[in-house]
Amino acid sequence: MKKKKQRTLRQKLNTERSAGILCTLPFTIGFLAFMIVPMCISLYYSFCDYNILTPPVFSGLKNFKRMIEDSVFYQTLFVTFKFAIISVPLRLVFALIVAMLLFKSTKMTGIYRAMYYLPSIIGGSVAVAILWKRLFSLDGLINKILMSLGMKESVAWLGDTRTAIWTLIILAVWQFGSSMLIFLSALKQIPTSLYEAARVDGANGWQQFWKITLKLLTPTIHFNLVMQMINGFLAFTQCLIITQGKPLNSTLFYTVYMYQQSFLFGSTGYGAALAWVMLALIAFITWILFATKKLWVYDGGL
Amino acid sequence: MMKNRKKIVNVVYHIFVCAAGFIMIYPLLWMIMSSFKETSTIFTTATSLIPEHFTLENYANGWKGFAKVSFATFFKNSLFISIVATVGTVLSSSIVAYGFARCNFPGKKILFAAMLASMMLPAQVLMIPQYLWYQKLNWVGSYLPLIVPYWFAVQGFFVYLMTNFIEGIPRELDEAAKIDGCSYYGIYRRIIFPLMVPSMITGSIFSFMWRWDDFLGALLYVNKTEKYPVSLALKMFCDPSSSSDYGAMFAMATLSILPAVLIFFCLQKYLVEGISTSGLKG
Repeated sequence: MKKKKQRTLRQKLNTERSAGILCTLPFTIGFLAFMIVPMCISLYYSFCDYNILTPPVFSGLKNFKRMIEDSVFYQTLFVTFKFAIISVPLRLVFALIVAMLLFKSTKMTGIYRAMYYLPSIIGGSVAVAILWKRLFSLDGLINKILMSLGMKESVAWLGDTRTAIWTLIILAVWQFGSSMLIFLSALKQIPTSLYEAARVDGANGWQQFWKITLKLLTPTIHFNLVMQMINGFLAFTQCLIITQGKPLNSTLFYTVYMYQQSFLFGSTGYGAALAWVMLALIAFITWILFATKKLWVYDGGL
Repeated sequence: MMKNRKKIVNVVYHIFVCAAGFIMIYPLLWMIMSSFKETSTIFTTATSLIPEHFTLENYANGWKGFAKVSFATFFKNSLFISIVATVGTVLSSSIVAYGFARCNFPGKKILFAAMLASMMLPAQVLMIPQYLWYQKLNWVGSYLPLIVPYWFAVQGFFVYLMTNFIEGIPRELDEAAKIDGCSYYGIYRRIIFPLMVPSMITGSIFSFMWRWDDFLGALLYVNKTEKYPVSLALKMFCDPSSSSDYGAMFAMATLSILPAVLIFFCLQKYLVEGISTSGLKG
Protein backbone atom coordinates (compact mmCIF):
# COMPACT_ATOMS: atom_id res chain seq x y z
CA MET A 1 0.00 0.00 0.00
CA LYS A 2 2.71 2.40 1.08
CA LYS A 3 4.85 1.44 -1.84
CA LYS A 4 2.07 2.22 -4.27
CA LYS A 5 1.58 5.68 -2.81
CA GLN A 6 5.27 6.41 -3.10
CA ARG A 7 5.25 5.47 -6.71
CA THR A 8 2.35 7.75 -7.50
CA LEU A 9 4.14 10.64 -5.85
CA ARG A 10 7.15 9.84 -7.92
CA GLN A 11 5.05 9.74 -11.04
CA LYS A 12 3.43 13.02 -10.12
CA LEU A 13 6.84 14.62 -9.78
CA ASN A 14 7.94 13.24 -13.12
CA THR A 15 5.61 15.31 -15.29
CA GLU A 16 6.79 18.18 -17.43
CA ARG A 17 4.78 20.57 -15.28
CA SER A 18 6.21 19.64 -11.91
CA ALA A 19 9.72 19.23 -13.29
CA GLY A 20 9.54 22.78 -14.60
CA ILE A 21 8.19 24.17 -11.37
CA LEU A 22 10.71 22.29 -9.25
CA CYS A 23 13.71 23.13 -11.39
CA THR A 24 12.92 26.83 -11.41
CA LEU A 25 12.10 26.82 -7.70
CA PRO A 26 15.53 28.16 -6.61
CA PHE A 27 15.00 31.26 -8.72
CA THR A 28 11.40 31.70 -7.52
CA ILE A 29 12.55 31.58 -3.89
CA GLY A 30 15.61 33.75 -4.53
CA PHE A 31 13.63 36.33 -6.46
CA LEU A 32 11.01 36.62 -3.72
CA ALA A 33 13.39 36.46 -0.75
CA PHE A 34 16.23 38.64 -2.02
CA MET A 35 14.48 41.08 -4.33
CA ILE A 36 10.74 41.41 -3.83
CA VAL A 37 10.67 41.25 -0.03
CA PRO A 38 13.52 43.76 0.45
CA MET A 39 11.96 46.07 -2.15
CA CYS A 40 8.64 45.99 -0.29
CA ILE A 41 10.28 46.64 3.06
CA SER A 42 12.18 49.59 1.67
CA LEU A 43 9.04 50.94 0.01
CA TYR A 44 7.49 51.09 3.47
CA TYR A 45 10.63 52.66 4.97
CA SER A 46 10.67 55.32 2.29
CA PHE A 47 7.54 56.69 3.98
CA CYS A 48 9.17 56.58 7.42
CA ASP A 49 11.58 58.45 9.63
CA TYR A 50 14.21 55.81 10.08
CA ASN A 51 17.91 55.72 10.95
CA ILE A 52 18.67 52.00 11.57
CA LEU A 53 19.20 52.52 15.32
CA THR A 54 15.66 53.51 16.27
CA PRO A 55 12.48 51.83 15.04
CA PRO A 56 10.81 53.40 11.98
CA VAL A 57 8.08 56.00 12.52
CA PHE A 58 5.59 56.55 9.71
CA SER A 59 5.95 60.08 8.37
CA GLY A 60 3.96 60.09 5.15
CA LEU A 61 5.49 61.94 2.23
CA LYS A 62 8.10 63.73 4.35
CA ASN A 63 11.09 62.07 2.66
CA PHE A 64 9.79 62.93 -0.80
CA LYS A 65 9.09 66.53 0.20
CA ARG A 66 12.63 66.73 1.54
CA MET A 67 13.89 65.49 -1.82
CA ILE A 68 12.09 68.28 -3.68
CA GLU A 69 13.77 70.86 -1.47
CA ASP A 70 17.16 69.16 -1.42
CA SER A 71 19.55 71.06 -3.70
CA VAL A 72 22.20 68.33 -3.40
CA PHE A 73 19.67 65.85 -4.81
CA TYR A 74 19.34 67.94 -7.99
CA GLN A 75 23.09 68.37 -8.12
CA THR A 76 23.66 64.58 -8.00
CA LEU A 77 21.03 64.01 -10.68
CA PHE A 78 22.75 66.56 -12.90
CA VAL A 79 26.19 65.04 -12.31
CA THR A 80 24.94 61.50 -12.96
CA PHE A 81 23.13 62.49 -16.17
CA LYS A 82 26.15 64.42 -17.40
CA PHE A 83 28.42 61.47 -16.70
CA ALA A 84 26.17 58.95 -18.45
CA ILE A 85 25.29 61.14 -21.43
CA ILE A 86 28.92 61.97 -22.19
CA SER A 87 30.61 58.68 -21.34
CA VAL A 88 28.20 56.17 -22.90
CA PRO A 89 28.13 57.56 -26.49
CA LEU A 90 31.89 58.18 -26.40
CA ARG A 91 32.44 54.63 -25.30
CA LEU A 92 30.26 53.29 -28.11
CA VAL A 93 32.01 55.43 -30.73
CA PHE A 94 35.43 54.18 -29.62
CA ALA A 95 34.14 50.61 -29.47
CA LEU A 96 32.83 50.85 -33.04
CA ILE A 97 35.98 52.47 -34.44
CA VAL A 98 38.27 49.89 -32.86
CA ALA A 99 35.96 47.04 -33.86
CA MET A 100 36.16 48.20 -37.50
CA LEU A 101 39.94 48.41 -37.22
CA LEU A 102 40.25 44.91 -35.79
CA PHE A 103 37.70 43.41 -38.18
CA LYS A 104 40.37 42.81 -40.76
CA SER A 105 41.94 39.66 -39.44
CA THR A 106 45.70 39.31 -39.40
CA LYS A 107 48.09 37.15 -37.41
CA MET A 108 48.19 39.81 -34.71
CA THR A 109 44.42 40.24 -34.28
CA GLY A 110 44.26 38.05 -31.18
CA ILE A 111 46.93 40.08 -29.41
CA TYR A 112 45.40 43.41 -30.45
CA ARG A 113 41.97 42.33 -29.27
CA ALA A 114 43.45 41.34 -25.91
CA MET A 115 45.18 44.73 -25.56
CA TYR A 116 41.98 46.68 -26.13
CA TYR A 117 39.82 44.38 -24.07
CA LEU A 118 42.04 44.02 -21.00
CA PRO A 119 41.01 47.36 -19.41
CA SER A 120 37.35 46.25 -19.39
CA ILE A 121 38.22 43.08 -17.51
CA ILE A 122 39.72 44.88 -14.54
CA GLY A 123 38.30 48.40 -14.93
CA GLY A 124 35.69 48.00 -12.20
CA SER A 125 38.16 46.91 -9.56
CA VAL A 126 39.37 48.89 -6.59
CA ALA A 127 42.94 48.42 -7.84
CA VAL A 128 42.23 50.44 -10.97
CA ALA A 129 40.36 53.08 -8.98
CA ILE A 130 43.32 53.75 -6.69
CA LEU A 131 45.63 53.71 -9.71
CA TRP A 132 43.45 56.33 -11.41
CA LYS A 133 43.57 58.52 -8.34
CA ARG A 134 47.38 58.50 -8.50
CA LEU A 135 47.48 59.04 -12.27
CA PHE A 136 45.61 62.33 -11.95
CA SER A 137 47.13 63.51 -8.66
CA LEU A 138 49.28 66.66 -8.52
CA ASP A 139 52.54 64.72 -8.84
CA GLY A 140 50.93 61.96 -10.90
CA LEU A 141 51.78 60.51 -14.28
CA ILE A 142 49.47 62.72 -16.35
CA ASN A 143 50.95 65.93 -14.99
CA LYS A 144 54.49 64.59 -15.37
CA ILE A 145 53.89 63.69 -19.01
CA LEU A 146 52.23 67.01 -19.81
CA MET A 147 55.09 68.90 -18.14
CA SER A 148 57.69 67.01 -20.11
CA LEU A 149 55.72 68.07 -23.19
CA GLY A 150 56.09 71.70 -22.16
CA MET A 151 53.24 72.53 -19.78
CA LYS A 152 54.35 75.12 -17.19
CA GLU A 153 52.80 73.94 -13.91
CA SER A 154 50.91 70.88 -12.78
CA VAL A 155 47.12 70.90 -12.82
CA ALA A 156 44.98 69.75 -9.88
CA TRP A 157 42.75 67.56 -12.05
CA LEU A 158 40.87 66.11 -9.09
CA GLY A 159 40.62 69.40 -7.22
CA ASP A 160 38.98 71.48 -9.94
CA THR A 161 35.20 71.40 -10.40
CA ARG A 162 35.67 71.65 -14.18
CA THR A 163 38.06 68.72 -14.62
CA ALA A 164 37.29 66.26 -11.79
CA ILE A 165 34.28 64.69 -13.53
CA TRP A 166 36.35 64.16 -16.67
CA THR A 167 38.77 61.86 -14.87
CA LEU A 168 35.78 59.59 -14.15
CA ILE A 169 34.49 59.92 -17.71
CA ILE A 170 37.88 58.96 -19.14
CA LEU A 171 37.99 55.95 -16.84
CA ALA A 172 34.55 54.85 -18.10
CA VAL A 173 35.40 55.38 -21.78
CA TRP A 174 38.67 53.48 -21.32
CA GLN A 175 36.60 50.35 -20.68
CA PHE A 176 35.01 50.14 -24.13
CA GLY A 177 36.29 46.58 -24.66
CA SER A 178 33.12 44.58 -24.07
CA SER A 179 31.06 46.79 -26.42
CA MET A 180 33.85 46.38 -28.95
CA LEU A 181 33.57 42.58 -28.78
CA ILE A 182 29.81 42.78 -29.28
CA PHE A 183 30.31 45.05 -32.32
CA LEU A 184 32.96 42.69 -33.71
CA SER A 185 30.63 39.71 -33.62
CA ALA A 186 27.81 41.80 -35.14
CA LEU A 187 30.11 42.99 -37.94
CA LYS A 188 30.94 39.41 -38.81
CA GLN A 189 27.26 38.69 -39.41
CA ILE A 190 26.90 41.31 -42.13
CA PRO A 191 27.03 39.38 -45.44
CA THR A 192 29.85 40.45 -47.76
CA SER A 193 27.48 40.15 -50.72
CA LEU A 194 25.87 43.43 -49.63
CA TYR A 195 29.18 45.27 -49.97
CA GLU A 196 29.82 43.64 -53.33
CA ALA A 197 26.42 44.71 -54.60
CA ALA A 198 27.03 48.25 -53.35
CA ARG A 199 30.41 48.38 -55.10
CA VAL A 200 28.83 47.26 -58.34
CA ASP A 201 26.34 50.09 -57.94
CA GLY A 202 29.23 52.49 -57.50
CA ALA A 203 29.03 53.27 -53.79
CA ASN A 204 32.26 54.47 -52.17
CA GLY A 205 33.61 53.26 -48.82
CA TRP A 206 32.01 56.10 -46.91
CA GLN A 207 28.56 55.41 -48.38
CA GLN A 208 28.97 51.72 -47.69
CA PHE A 209 29.73 52.48 -44.07
CA TRP A 210 26.65 54.69 -43.57
CA LYS A 211 24.17 52.77 -45.67
CA ILE A 212 25.19 49.21 -44.85
CA THR A 213 27.46 48.82 -41.84
CA LEU A 214 25.94 51.41 -39.53
CA LYS A 215 22.40 50.68 -40.56
CA LEU A 216 22.70 46.96 -39.90
CA LEU A 217 24.45 47.64 -36.61
CA THR A 218 21.67 49.80 -35.19
CA PRO A 219 20.03 46.91 -33.26
CA THR A 220 23.38 46.16 -31.62
CA ILE A 221 23.97 49.84 -30.90
CA HIS A 222 20.54 50.10 -29.34
CA PHE A 223 21.11 47.10 -27.11
CA ASN A 224 24.48 48.43 -26.01
CA LEU A 225 23.01 51.84 -25.38
CA VAL A 226 20.33 50.45 -23.06
CA MET A 227 22.71 48.29 -21.04
CA GLN A 228 25.46 50.90 -20.80
CA MET A 229 23.07 53.69 -19.88
CA ILE A 230 21.74 51.66 -16.96
CA ASN A 231 25.27 50.90 -15.85
CA GLY A 232 26.30 54.50 -16.38
CA PHE A 233 23.62 55.70 -14.00
CA LEU A 234 24.81 53.28 -11.38
CA ALA A 235 28.55 53.94 -11.29
CA PHE A 236 29.61 53.71 -7.67
CA THR A 237 33.03 52.28 -6.79
CA GLN A 238 35.07 54.66 -8.93
CA CYS A 239 33.36 57.74 -7.56
CA LEU A 240 33.54 56.56 -3.96
CA ILE A 241 37.26 55.86 -4.13
CA ILE A 242 38.61 58.41 -6.59
CA THR A 243 36.72 61.61 -5.81
CA GLN A 244 34.18 60.92 -3.04
CA GLY A 245 32.05 63.53 -4.78
CA LYS A 246 34.63 66.26 -4.29
CA PRO A 247 35.21 69.06 -5.09
CA LEU A 248 32.00 70.89 -4.13
CA ASN A 249 29.84 67.86 -5.04
CA SER A 250 30.84 68.30 -8.68
CA THR A 251 31.38 64.54 -9.02
CA LEU A 252 28.84 63.31 -6.48
CA PHE A 253 26.98 60.45 -8.16
CA TYR A 254 23.40 59.65 -7.23
CA THR A 255 24.31 56.19 -5.91
CA VAL A 256 27.09 57.57 -3.73
CA TYR A 257 24.75 60.21 -2.31
CA MET A 258 22.24 57.46 -1.58
CA TYR A 259 24.95 55.52 0.23
CA GLN A 260 26.05 58.55 2.24
CA GLN A 261 22.51 59.42 3.33
CA SER A 262 21.71 55.87 4.39
CA PHE A 263 24.88 54.73 6.04
CA LEU A 264 26.91 57.81 6.97
CA PHE A 265 24.35 60.53 7.71
CA GLY A 266 21.82 58.21 9.36
CA SER A 267 18.84 59.05 7.10
CA THR A 268 18.02 55.52 6.04
CA GLY A 269 14.39 56.33 5.32
CA TYR A 270 15.49 59.12 2.99
CA GLY A 271 17.99 56.74 1.38
CA ALA A 272 15.21 54.22 0.74
CA ALA A 273 13.13 56.96 -0.91
CA LEU A 274 16.13 57.91 -3.08
CA ALA A 275 16.52 54.27 -4.13
CA TRP A 276 12.90 54.10 -5.27
CA VAL A 277 13.19 57.33 -7.25
CA MET A 278 16.34 55.92 -8.88
CA LEU A 279 14.45 52.79 -9.86
CA ALA A 280 11.65 54.85 -11.38
CA LEU A 281 14.19 56.95 -13.29
CA ILE A 282 15.94 53.90 -14.72
CA ALA A 283 12.63 52.38 -15.75
CA PHE A 284 11.68 55.67 -17.41
CA ILE A 285 14.95 55.97 -19.34
CA THR A 286 14.77 52.34 -20.45
CA TRP A 287 11.21 52.98 -21.63
CA ILE A 288 12.29 56.06 -23.60
CA LEU A 289 15.11 54.11 -25.24
CA PHE A 290 12.67 51.39 -26.27
CA ALA A 291 9.94 53.83 -27.33
CA THR A 292 12.32 55.69 -29.65
CA LYS A 293 13.69 52.42 -31.00
CA LYS A 294 11.56 52.33 -34.13
CA LEU A 295 12.71 55.83 -35.12
CA TRP A 296 16.29 54.82 -35.82
CA VAL A 297 16.76 51.09 -35.38
CA TYR A 298 16.74 48.99 -38.52
CA ASP A 299 14.60 45.88 -38.18
CA GLY A 300 14.11 44.79 -41.77
CA GLY A 301 16.26 41.70 -41.55
CA LEU A 302 18.95 40.87 -44.06
CA MET B 1 53.95 49.48 -57.53
CA MET B 2 50.47 48.46 -56.41
CA LYS B 3 51.94 45.72 -54.23
CA ASN B 4 54.33 48.16 -52.59
CA ARG B 5 51.56 50.53 -51.75
CA LYS B 6 49.55 47.75 -50.16
CA LYS B 7 52.55 46.83 -48.05
CA ILE B 8 52.95 50.40 -46.81
CA VAL B 9 49.26 50.63 -45.89
CA ASN B 10 49.64 47.37 -44.02
CA VAL B 11 52.67 48.55 -42.04
CA VAL B 12 50.95 51.85 -41.17
CA TYR B 13 47.91 49.90 -40.01
CA HIS B 14 49.93 47.71 -37.67
CA ILE B 15 51.93 50.60 -36.26
CA PHE B 16 48.77 52.58 -35.61
CA VAL B 17 46.81 49.75 -33.97
CA CYS B 18 49.83 48.76 -31.92
CA ALA B 19 50.51 52.29 -30.70
CA ALA B 20 46.88 52.90 -29.74
CA GLY B 21 46.79 49.55 -27.94
CA PHE B 22 49.94 50.45 -26.07
CA ILE B 23 48.33 53.69 -24.87
CA MET B 24 45.34 51.64 -23.73
CA ILE B 25 47.36 49.39 -21.48
CA TYR B 26 49.97 51.98 -20.51
CA PRO B 27 48.32 52.85 -17.17
CA LEU B 28 48.41 49.19 -16.16
CA LEU B 29 52.00 48.75 -17.29
CA TRP B 30 52.88 51.86 -15.36
CA MET B 31 51.30 50.51 -12.19
CA ILE B 32 53.01 47.14 -12.53
CA MET B 33 56.41 48.65 -13.21
CA SER B 34 55.98 51.21 -10.42
CA SER B 35 55.41 48.40 -7.96
CA PHE B 36 59.02 47.34 -8.60
CA LYS B 37 60.46 50.82 -8.04
CA GLU B 38 61.62 52.16 -4.69
CA THR B 39 58.65 53.97 -3.13
CA SER B 40 60.41 57.33 -2.96
CA THR B 41 61.25 57.25 -6.66
CA ILE B 42 57.84 56.29 -8.07
CA PHE B 43 56.66 59.83 -8.70
CA THR B 44 60.04 61.43 -9.32
CA THR B 45 60.69 58.95 -12.13
CA ALA B 46 57.05 58.65 -13.21
CA THR B 47 57.75 59.17 -16.89
CA SER B 48 60.17 56.27 -17.25
CA LEU B 49 58.66 52.82 -17.30
CA ILE B 50 61.72 50.78 -16.35
CA PRO B 51 62.78 50.92 -12.67
CA GLU B 52 66.33 52.14 -12.02
CA HIS B 53 66.71 49.75 -9.13
CA PHE B 54 64.53 46.70 -9.37
CA THR B 55 63.16 45.89 -5.90
CA LEU B 56 60.66 43.53 -4.32
CA GLU B 57 60.58 45.51 -1.09
CA ASN B 58 57.11 46.92 -1.88
CA TYR B 59 55.65 43.45 -2.07
CA ALA B 60 57.15 42.54 1.30
CA ASN B 61 55.89 45.77 2.88
CA GLY B 62 52.44 45.56 1.37
CA TRP B 63 51.97 41.92 2.25
CA LYS B 64 52.18 42.83 5.95
CA GLY B 65 48.76 44.42 5.55
CA PHE B 66 46.98 46.50 8.17
CA ALA B 67 46.48 46.17 11.91
CA LYS B 68 48.46 42.93 12.06
CA VAL B 69 46.26 41.30 9.41
CA SER B 70 48.37 40.31 6.42
CA PHE B 71 47.28 40.25 2.81
CA ALA B 72 47.40 36.44 2.96
CA THR B 73 44.21 36.63 5.05
CA PHE B 74 42.57 39.09 2.66
CA PHE B 75 43.34 36.89 -0.33
CA LYS B 76 42.07 33.83 1.50
CA ASN B 77 38.81 35.63 2.32
CA SER B 78 38.36 36.79 -1.27
CA LEU B 79 39.03 33.31 -2.62
CA PHE B 80 36.58 31.75 -0.18
CA ILE B 81 33.75 34.18 -0.96
CA SER B 82 34.34 34.13 -4.72
CA ILE B 83 34.57 30.36 -5.04
CA VAL B 84 31.59 29.48 -2.84
CA ALA B 85 29.39 32.13 -4.47
CA THR B 86 30.49 31.06 -7.96
CA VAL B 87 29.79 27.36 -7.38
CA GLY B 88 26.34 28.31 -6.08
CA THR B 89 25.61 30.61 -8.99
CA VAL B 90 26.61 28.09 -11.64
CA LEU B 91 24.82 25.09 -10.14
CA SER B 92 21.57 26.86 -9.30
CA SER B 93 21.51 28.74 -12.61
CA SER B 94 22.01 25.56 -14.61
CA ILE B 95 19.04 23.82 -12.94
CA VAL B 96 16.82 26.87 -13.37
CA ALA B 97 17.94 27.23 -16.97
CA TYR B 98 17.00 23.61 -17.62
CA GLY B 99 13.53 24.28 -16.24
CA PHE B 100 13.12 27.30 -18.49
CA ALA B 101 14.55 25.71 -21.61
CA ARG B 102 12.93 22.27 -21.53
CA CYS B 103 9.72 22.34 -19.49
CA ASN B 104 6.37 24.01 -19.95
CA PHE B 105 4.57 24.87 -16.75
CA PRO B 106 1.98 27.37 -15.58
CA GLY B 107 3.52 30.74 -14.71
CA LYS B 108 6.60 30.19 -16.86
CA LYS B 109 6.14 33.38 -18.83
CA ILE B 110 5.80 35.53 -15.73
CA LEU B 111 8.79 33.89 -14.10
CA PHE B 112 10.87 34.36 -17.23
CA ALA B 113 9.90 38.02 -17.34
CA ALA B 114 10.90 38.33 -13.68
CA MET B 115 14.27 36.84 -14.56
CA LEU B 116 14.80 39.38 -17.34
CA ALA B 117 13.73 42.17 -14.99
CA SER B 118 16.24 41.01 -12.40
CA MET B 119 18.94 41.46 -15.02
CA MET B 120 17.95 45.09 -15.34
CA LEU B 121 17.69 45.57 -11.59
CA PRO B 122 21.23 46.23 -10.47
CA ALA B 123 22.90 45.88 -7.10
CA GLN B 124 23.06 49.62 -6.48
CA VAL B 125 19.29 50.05 -6.48
CA LEU B 126 18.89 47.05 -4.20
CA MET B 127 21.71 48.15 -1.89
CA ILE B 128 19.58 49.82 0.75
CA PRO B 129 16.53 47.49 0.56
CA GLN B 130 18.72 44.43 0.87
CA TYR B 131 20.77 45.90 3.67
CA LEU B 132 17.66 46.56 5.74
CA TRP B 133 16.39 43.05 5.05
CA TYR B 134 19.67 41.34 5.94
CA GLN B 135 19.81 43.39 9.08
CA LYS B 136 16.43 41.98 10.07
CA LEU B 137 17.78 38.49 9.37
CA ASN B 138 20.86 39.28 11.50
CA TRP B 139 23.15 38.60 8.56
CA VAL B 140 25.07 41.88 8.66
CA GLY B 141 28.69 41.34 9.70
CA SER B 142 28.87 37.84 8.24
CA TYR B 143 29.55 36.47 4.77
CA LEU B 144 25.97 35.22 4.41
CA PRO B 145 24.71 38.19 2.30
CA LEU B 146 27.71 37.72 0.00
CA ILE B 147 27.09 34.01 -0.51
CA VAL B 148 23.56 32.73 0.20
CA PRO B 149 21.63 34.72 -2.46
CA TYR B 150 23.93 33.39 -5.17
CA TRP B 151 22.82 29.83 -4.40
CA PHE B 152 19.32 30.89 -5.53
CA ALA B 153 20.19 31.92 -9.10
CA VAL B 154 19.49 35.60 -8.39
CA GLN B 155 21.71 36.79 -11.23
CA GLY B 156 19.48 36.61 -14.28
CA PHE B 157 22.48 37.01 -16.56
CA PHE B 158 23.69 33.48 -15.88
CA VAL B 159 20.24 31.91 -16.18
CA TYR B 160 19.76 33.70 -19.48
CA LEU B 161 23.17 32.63 -20.78
CA MET B 162 22.56 28.98 -19.91
CA THR B 163 18.93 28.90 -21.09
CA ASN B 164 20.14 30.00 -24.51
CA PHE B 165 22.83 27.35 -24.44
CA ILE B 166 20.46 24.52 -23.50
CA GLU B 167 18.06 25.55 -26.25
CA GLY B 168 20.89 24.87 -28.67
CA ILE B 169 21.17 21.23 -27.53
CA PRO B 170 19.09 18.99 -29.84
CA ARG B 171 15.82 17.84 -28.26
CA GLU B 172 16.16 14.43 -29.90
CA LEU B 173 18.61 13.51 -27.16
CA ASP B 174 15.95 14.18 -24.51
CA GLU B 175 13.36 12.21 -26.41
CA ALA B 176 15.66 9.22 -26.81
CA ALA B 177 16.44 9.22 -23.09
CA LYS B 178 12.74 9.54 -22.24
CA ILE B 179 11.93 6.48 -24.34
CA ASP B 180 14.66 4.59 -22.51
CA GLY B 181 12.88 5.40 -19.24
CA CYS B 182 14.83 8.42 -18.05
CA SER B 183 12.95 10.88 -15.80
CA TYR B 184 13.04 14.66 -16.31
CA TYR B 185 15.62 14.92 -13.57
CA GLY B 186 17.63 12.08 -15.05
CA ILE B 187 17.69 13.92 -18.39
CA TYR B 188 19.17 16.93 -16.63
CA ARG B 189 21.73 14.89 -14.73
CA ARG B 190 22.79 12.48 -17.47
CA ILE B 191 22.35 14.49 -20.66
CA ILE B 192 21.98 18.23 -20.27
CA PHE B 193 24.45 18.74 -17.41
CA PRO B 194 27.42 17.07 -19.14
CA LEU B 195 26.62 18.83 -22.43
CA MET B 196 26.36 22.30 -20.95
CA VAL B 197 29.81 22.32 -19.39
CA PRO B 198 31.16 24.96 -21.82
CA SER B 199 28.47 27.43 -20.80
CA MET B 200 29.16 26.66 -17.15
CA ILE B 201 32.83 27.45 -17.66
CA THR B 202 31.90 30.77 -19.24
CA GLY B 203 29.54 31.44 -16.34
CA SER B 204 32.15 30.53 -13.73
CA ILE B 205 34.67 32.91 -15.25
CA PHE B 206 32.30 35.85 -15.18
CA SER B 207 30.92 35.03 -11.77
CA PHE B 208 34.37 34.59 -10.24
CA MET B 209 35.67 37.84 -11.66
CA TRP B 210 32.60 39.81 -10.57
CA ARG B 211 32.69 38.33 -7.07
CA TRP B 212 36.42 38.97 -6.83
CA ASP B 213 35.96 42.62 -7.76
CA ASP B 214 32.85 43.08 -5.63
CA PHE B 215 33.36 46.14 -3.50
CA LEU B 216 29.87 47.38 -2.67
CA GLY B 217 28.73 44.15 -0.97
CA ALA B 218 31.87 43.85 1.11
CA LEU B 219 31.73 47.52 2.06
CA LEU B 220 28.20 47.11 3.42
CA TYR B 221 28.34 43.75 5.12
CA VAL B 222 31.88 43.02 6.27
CA ASN B 223 32.96 45.06 9.26
CA LYS B 224 35.96 43.31 10.81
CA THR B 225 39.43 43.85 9.34
CA GLU B 226 40.36 40.17 9.56
CA LYS B 227 37.30 39.33 7.46
CA TYR B 228 37.99 41.87 4.71
CA PRO B 229 38.31 40.66 1.12
CA VAL B 230 41.08 42.13 -1.03
CA SER B 231 38.90 44.81 -2.62
CA LEU B 232 38.06 46.33 0.74
CA ALA B 233 41.61 45.97 2.06
CA LEU B 234 42.97 47.90 -0.95
CA LYS B 235 40.68 50.78 -0.15
CA MET B 236 42.47 51.19 3.19
CA PHE B 237 45.52 52.41 1.26
CA CYS B 238 43.36 55.39 0.27
CA ASP B 239 42.10 56.22 3.74
CA PRO B 240 43.48 59.52 4.98
CA SER B 241 44.69 57.90 8.21
CA SER B 242 46.97 55.38 6.51
CA SER B 243 50.53 56.34 5.67
CA SER B 244 50.92 56.83 1.95
CA ASP B 245 53.22 53.98 0.96
CA TYR B 246 52.47 54.11 -2.74
CA GLY B 247 54.93 51.36 -3.57
CA ALA B 248 53.14 48.91 -1.30
CA MET B 249 49.79 50.11 -2.60
CA PHE B 250 50.73 49.47 -6.24
CA ALA B 251 52.28 46.12 -5.32
CA MET B 252 49.09 44.87 -3.67
CA ALA B 253 46.90 46.38 -6.39
CA THR B 254 48.97 44.48 -8.95
CA LEU B 255 48.54 41.23 -7.05
CA SER B 256 44.80 41.84 -6.75
CA ILE B 257 44.29 42.06 -10.52
CA LEU B 258 46.52 39.06 -11.15
CA PRO B 259 43.72 36.42 -10.96
CA ALA B 260 41.56 38.32 -13.46
CA VAL B 261 44.47 38.85 -15.84
CA LEU B 262 45.54 35.19 -15.62
CA ILE B 263 41.99 33.99 -16.25
CA PHE B 264 41.74 36.40 -19.15
CA PHE B 265 44.85 35.14 -20.88
CA CYS B 266 44.22 31.44 -20.23
CA LEU B 267 40.49 31.32 -20.93
CA GLN B 268 40.07 34.16 -23.41
CA LYS B 269 38.11 31.95 -25.80
CA TYR B 270 35.31 31.32 -23.30
CA LEU B 271 35.16 34.97 -22.27
CA VAL B 272 34.90 36.29 -25.79
CA GLU B 273 32.23 33.72 -26.63
CA GLY B 274 30.27 34.60 -23.51
CA ILE B 275 30.24 38.28 -24.35
CA SER B 276 29.45 37.95 -28.02
CA THR B 277 26.67 35.41 -27.55
CA SER B 278 24.97 37.03 -24.58
CA GLY B 279 25.92 40.58 -25.39
CA LEU B 280 26.58 41.68 -21.86
CA LYS B 281 29.17 43.65 -19.99
CA GLY B 282 32.49 42.19 -18.93
